[in-house]
Amino acid sequence: MTEASGTRSIPDRLTSPLRRNLLGWESLLLIVGIAIFILNSFASPYFLSAWSLSDATFNFTEKAMIAFAMALLIVAGEIDLSVASIIALASTAMGAAATAGAGTPVLVLIGLGTGLLCGAFNGALVTRLGLPSIVVTIGTMSLFRGISYIVLGDGAYRGYPETFQWFGQGYVFWVISFEFALFAVLAVIFGILLHKTNFGRAVYAVGNNPTAALFSGIRVQRVKMTLFLLTGLMSGVAAICLTARLGSTRPSIALGMELEVVTMVVLGGVSILGGAGSIPGVVIAAFVLGLVTFGLGLLNVPGIVMSIFTGALLVGVIALPRLIAKWRK
Amino acid sequence: MSIRNIPREAILGLVIVALCGVIAARFPNFVRPSNLLSVATDTAPLIMLALGQFAVILTRCIDLSVAANLALTGMICALLNMAMPGFPMVLMLALALVIGAFLGAVNGVLVWKVGIPPIVVTLGTMTVFRGIIFLLSGGSWVNAHEMSDSFTQFPRIPFLGVELLAWIAVIAVTGVYLLVTRTPLGRAFYAVGGNPHAAVYTGIDVGRTQFLAFVLSGALAGMTGYLWVARYAVAYVEIANGFELDVVAACVIGGVAIAGGAGSVGGVVLGALFLGVIKNALPVVNISPFWQLAISGAAIIIAVALNARSNRPKGRIILKKAEHSHEPV
Repeated sequence: MTEASGTRSIPDRLTSPLRRNLLGWESLLLIVGIAIFILNSFASPYFLSAWSLSDATFNFTEKAMIAFAMALLIVAGEIDLSVASIIALASTAMGAAATAGAGTPVLVLIGLGTGLLCGAFNGALVTRLGLPSIVVTIGTMSLFRGISYIVLGDGAYRGYPETFQWFGQGYVFWVISFEFALFAVLAVIFGILLHKTNFGRAVYAVGNNPTAALFSGIRVQRVKMTLFLLTGLMSGVAAICLTARLGSTRPSIALGMELEVVTMVVLGGVSILGGAGSIPGVVIAAFVLGLVTFGLGLLNVPGIVMSIFTGALLVGVIALPRLIAKWRK
Repeated sequence: MSIRNIPREAILGLVIVALCGVIAARFPNFVRPSNLLSVATDTAPLIMLALGQFAVILTRCIDLSVAANLALTGMICALLNMAMPGFPMVLMLALALVIGAFLGAVNGVLVWKVGIPPIVVTLGTMTVFRGIIFLLSGGSWVNAHEMSDSFTQFPRIPFLGVELLAWIAVIAVTGVYLLVTRTPLGRAFYAVGGNPHAAVYTGIDVGRTQFLAFVLSGALAGMTGYLWVARYAVAYVEIANGFELDVVAACVIGGVAIAGGAGSVGGVVLGALFLGVIKNALPVVNISPFWQLAISGAAIIIAVALNARSNRPKGRIILKKAEHSHEPV
């Protein structure tokens, strides 16, 4: 898209750090987030309690875990629409193992392994055969979830070990859930990976100009393969948390979650065209989306109406800077 | 003559005939003309949506909101029918066309005038449209007994032994075929997708062309929305949930390049028919419908892999390319 480069096309270093931070995407999102937080606290007296705030984190932690890896993938110019189906497949595999009497460590390994395998399959199709990732992952999205449907049909797996359920229901420090702690740790890890390592720089380079990246010595296909593996792995992690929290597996688990993950990433300021974006942005976007769903939930707004707000928020927040830039001209 | 010189439509046609032959070997009733006709009629909605998506993908965009557009327009028609049972059906069809075109224009304007990437726009409007259906209907269903007979019977009116629904699909196919092969706008669709920069220099307004593709896609989705709701005599929020991916799949299987600029109406129709045959044949050959998702997923992956093979550059490659295909999203 020619006109879609938007506000981030000027290299950040050409503007002063202060100006960059004040006008940056992250601060815009932060303001939106704070506004929603204040609105929420007016909306319901139950909002500002440690327990309900802690509860609210479940609205975004699992999606955000995938969103971190997806952010890197989208920065590199690819996309993975099969993440929710990977959750379904990993959850099905874990359910089958649990039914066969597997213990918690085995279940975790199966969950992570399934995620990695699915990621490897996507990555191989994209990098070996040179296929566009959006189509490949639309295909594997049907394929992976289709396998879950073949295995489970109308049925469901229940009866996970007590210790396994801790991944979705356990608390680390009094009020902080295991999931939230994991989310925080992963945010730091992915932040460092993207912003402080050579690999992170390679990811940006691949997203900006794959040809130039190749000629500057970056193994483009290997970087992409790694990112697909990483996204698969994080889908496996999310599958473990979600399955443990729900305590059951159905083939329709996490249906439609891929679009929420992409929404979170894009809302976080990652350019869907690749080459631009940051992990702090995705973290703030996760909080903003979590606050929106939580606040609307407090007001007893049905889930489907919430989607009006998330959809409008996505389009609105992205349109705003572009419209302002247009009016200035 | 090597395999890559055979037109894709011929291969796809042969595959469909072979598929029908395999099914007929065990279940001769499947290939009775009356049954094949009903398969084609069942596939008519997919064909019409795929035609619109084809135009959008040609211009290097993607429309993920088609299924939500269908559901919203269908719900509006159903509610209108409840309020005014005597509303003439031809006007209803025209109204559905206009509502759908308007929803498509919303996408188009956001892409054209605001410059938001199409995948982000349609991801947003997809959720917004679904939410609006809930607001309009209050979450309740419009059932058959609340619809007038003329409303539900309109798509089934037989003409020369074929239901009106199928005739409308034939008209849509012919219309889009003439549009893309015989008009300046059709040429502009191909030009914009083939090379947007060159298209600008030949005097084509890229944004406007993409806008018109979205309007076309929306109009077809809206019209299908009324026909869908009338045919199945029910309207609810989740109608055609996830159908947008079937629509994209039909295009991909039909040989439309996701990178824009290449594809044909014949391929799109055959791609949709391929999915339609699979969908209708599974219950006949006693395979659980749960297999459907996995099979169509595998079909997408195989089709896109074949696509990539046939588009490989011929001759010796001296400099390896960093990326085989460019992904427009």
